[in-house]
Amino acid sequence: MAKRSITETSPIEVYRLLPRTNCGECGEPNCMAFATRLVNRELTIDACPPILRPEHAGDRADLDALLAPPVRAVRIGRGERSAVLGGKYIVQRHEFTYHNPTCCALSVDDSLSRDQLVQRLRTIGEFSYNYIGRDLRLDAVALRSVTGDPGRFRAATETIAETCKLPLVLCSPDPGVLRAGVEAVPGLRPLLHAADSTNWREMATLALDADCPLVVSAPDDLAGLRSLTKTLRAWGLEDLVLDPGTFPGGGLAHTVRNFARCRYAAIRDGDELLGYPLLGAPIAAFTGEELDSTRCAFDEALTASVQLSRYADILILQGLEGWSVLPTLIWRFNLYTDPRKPVAVEPGLREFGSPDRQSPVLVTANYALTYFTVESDIKSANLSCYLVVEDTGGLSVESAVAGRYFSAAGIAEALAASGVDERVDHRVLIIPGLAARLSGEAAEATGWRVLVGPKDSSGLPAYIKERWPPGPA
Amino acid sequence: MNGRDLVGAIGPELLALLRTAGRIELEGFNLELDELELRLPSGAFAAPAFGAVPPEPGPERPTELLPADFVPTKTDYPGRVREVVLGATRREGGSRARALTIGGAEAPAFTLFDRPIVNRPVISMDVFDTRVPMPKALRAPFEEVRDDPAEWARLNVHRFGAKAVTVHLLSTDPLIKNSTPREAAATVESVLQAVDVPLIIGGCGDPRKDADVFSEVAAMASGERLLLNSVTLEMATAKTLEKVAKAAADHGHNLLAFTGLELNDAKELNRRLYEYVPPEQIVMDLTTVALGYGLEYSFSIHERARHAALMGDAELQHPTISGSTNAWSAREAWMQMPPTYGGPELRGPLWEAETALALLLAGVDIFMMSHPAAIGAMRAAFDVLTTWPLDEVAEGRANDWVTARIGGEG
Repeated sequence: MAKRSITETSPIEVYRLLPRTNCGECGEPNCMAFATRLVNRELTIDACPPILRPEHAGDRADLDALLAPPVRAVRIGRGERSAVLGGKYIVQRHEFTYHNPTCCALSVDDSLSRDQLVQRLRTIGEFSYNYIGRDLRLDAVALRSVTGDPGRFRAATETIAETCKLPLVLCSPDPGVLRAGVEAVPGLRPLLHAADSTNWREMATLALDADCPLVVSAPDDLAGLRSLTKTLRAWGLEDLVLDPGTFPGGGLAHTVRNFARCRYAAIRDGDELLGYPLLGAPIAAFTGEELDSTRCAFDEALTASVQLSRYADILILQGLEGWSVLPTLIWRFNLYTDPRKPVAVEPGLREFGSPDRQSPVLVTANYALTYFTVESDIKSANLSCYLVVEDTGGLSVESAVAGRYFSAAGIAEALAASGVDERVDHRVLIIPGLAARLSGEAAEATGWRVLVGPKDSSGLPAYIKERWPPGPA
Repeated sequence: MNGRDLVGAIGPELLALLRTAGRIELEGFNLELDELELRLPSGAFAAPAFGAVPPEPGPERPTELLPADFVPTKTDYPGRVREVVLGATRREGGSRARALTIGGAEAPAFTLFDRPIVNRPVISMDVFDTRVPMPKALRAPFEEVRDDPAEWARLNVHRFGAKAVTVHLLSTDPLIKNSTPREAAATVESVLQAVDVPLIIGGCGDPRKDADVFSEVAAMASGERLLLNSVTLEMATAKTLEKVAKAAADHGHNLLAFTGLELNDAKELNRRLYEYVPPEQIVMDLTTVALGYGLEYSFSIHERARHAALMGDAELQHPTISGSTNAWSAREAWMQMPPTYGGPELRGPLWEAETALALLLAGVDIFMMSHPAAIGAMRAAFDVLTTWPLDEVAEGRANDWVTARIGGEG
């Protein structure tokens, strides 16, 4: 019964189902190469035009089945205003790689005045943080019905549709309230929260009527959750999301256990009834005994961190201040990077701006995050300089210095290999502040004058302004 | 449930900061629902929404919930992480009030909760023996004691409830103060006298100097079961590893084997150490990188190491440590940022706590931490995650958030 794990599927099995004409239409040299990249999830089947033709329909279906993730991928919303949840192949990140980053949905509610709602929606839509060259943003809006009034819910849904471009989650235990919202935005395919053991008939009817993905809720009751998904599947619903319950405060262990049980059941045991994306609600931190909103937001951020690490595919969040959102967005981004990709960037010489023969020469480690941080600081300050990237085995400066991967000898070698001595007239090297301990040895090994730069590259612009060109030694 | 929320044990300094206006009103939603049902026309569900008339539920559509059961995934791992004892009581040849046992894991940490947690994770609070540059928000709680390691240790234990203390002998760094091994040993002795919790002894990172310092400290504190932080492959290259390892073996101390995000290195270093000390005296530091600066590499290397250990790789069956104070090297922890990002006194502890929390879930057994608020958050997490067995019914209500009026929104 258990589906074989993705890491056990061989390219040969996939190859046998491909047209095997080596036509190259996919851009790969041959079908075997394409098969390998399919198994690695670097490409999708759609990239093979021939297999989309009717004569290959049988093989195509078999391929789909062979490559389908044990946790279904569910799209919420439509077109550009959409997000894919789930589509997971593995439990632990290092086994393969996680797909479809956890969707971070920010809560709004129907008790807000139109102005308040619009303002909060703007803040949600405009939130952005530049992290190593990427824009981190919030992904969706979750409207909660706290008044229980279908009219207010409908109006709020309309306001969201007009004001913001993000996919929607509509939340109410009352199917009538949800229907009012759904009908206000035909075609947007909001995710509906939630069908439970009492309202499932109406919720299923609504989800079928409006072709919407549906959350299934059974807090701390996985048998109940399976019973619901089994029933709803029999009704023809396939785009389901599971909410096993996010408990505030002391219930965290139950929350984590239920999420882990769902994910293990789906991936390790091939349980199709639990093979759906998981919805976490760190917002529950605001409904416990703590009343202070800052402490609630602190608690919510920690809960979000736990749920990101423990398999949540979508999170409902309340705190909208940068300090609580930022660690969540960064950890989400980090967890969904591909652990198969190297940690390192190519060592060697980089040129920024339009450096001349008097421009500064800096050195840093080839750890990807170190490099991108330094790069983005240099670029945002419009500095013209040379940057020598030393091969530190992909370690950051601090770890590399501690582990002796960033050493005076290494700096000398990287400097010589870079050929930067032919591009500048001076012989002055700026090393990272975190490598200060190496300054003496580095001067000896390179024969250059060594200056200790700032500990954090955010200090580079001020440092260069004050210290460059350097006075006599 | 008092004090069991994640920020339950927060430091008083931060408490004052956190205390801002905001409130929650929870309305009994059953009542609202009753009202709604009265108000809604009963035919509301029958009206097709988008043109197409949906088919009436056919005979294939069940009218009652189909029964289903749930059987949790069975897990059984052939391997087990060794236990390491930190600190020795008088009866055991030391002078600590009590010893701490770490490790012993038999399953991935905090996942399926299908067996008891063998040993509760431990937090060791940092002390530095010399003034090193620290972000203001990080040093604020310790401003009074920064020039006196013994006082600092006392503050950690008596005020902040530290169960262990790490003394970082950074003054021994040839590029800082180049304190002698004897001076370093005197510092450790003063801390041993000031507090009665197990100690971790941190060096300066120089493989030769650390070997001299650790040897001196090991002899002075013979029998105290210190954790010497750390021994490295670099020491093997510098031919100083044997000296430290033998000193640890002779005087009954534990060794912290430090490697940089590379399991083959970790295994090689452990193999070298097995020649000198029993495996039960080795803890691994696989490297902690701050959130935003590569925490995911630390996270996955710890998950991989723990998985391999549970699958039977004896060379990785050692408890692991995280230097979570490293979180403060992230600029997002300490930098001044636009108002929405709050101040470092809020962001910094959150950054340290999230860095530690991710590694707690990856299986780390002992944490070296600094900020009282971050430590409070981690202790609260230990409280809720290590309770065994779990209650029959989860505490609290999971779905209140759907209809709750939450103060401060807008």
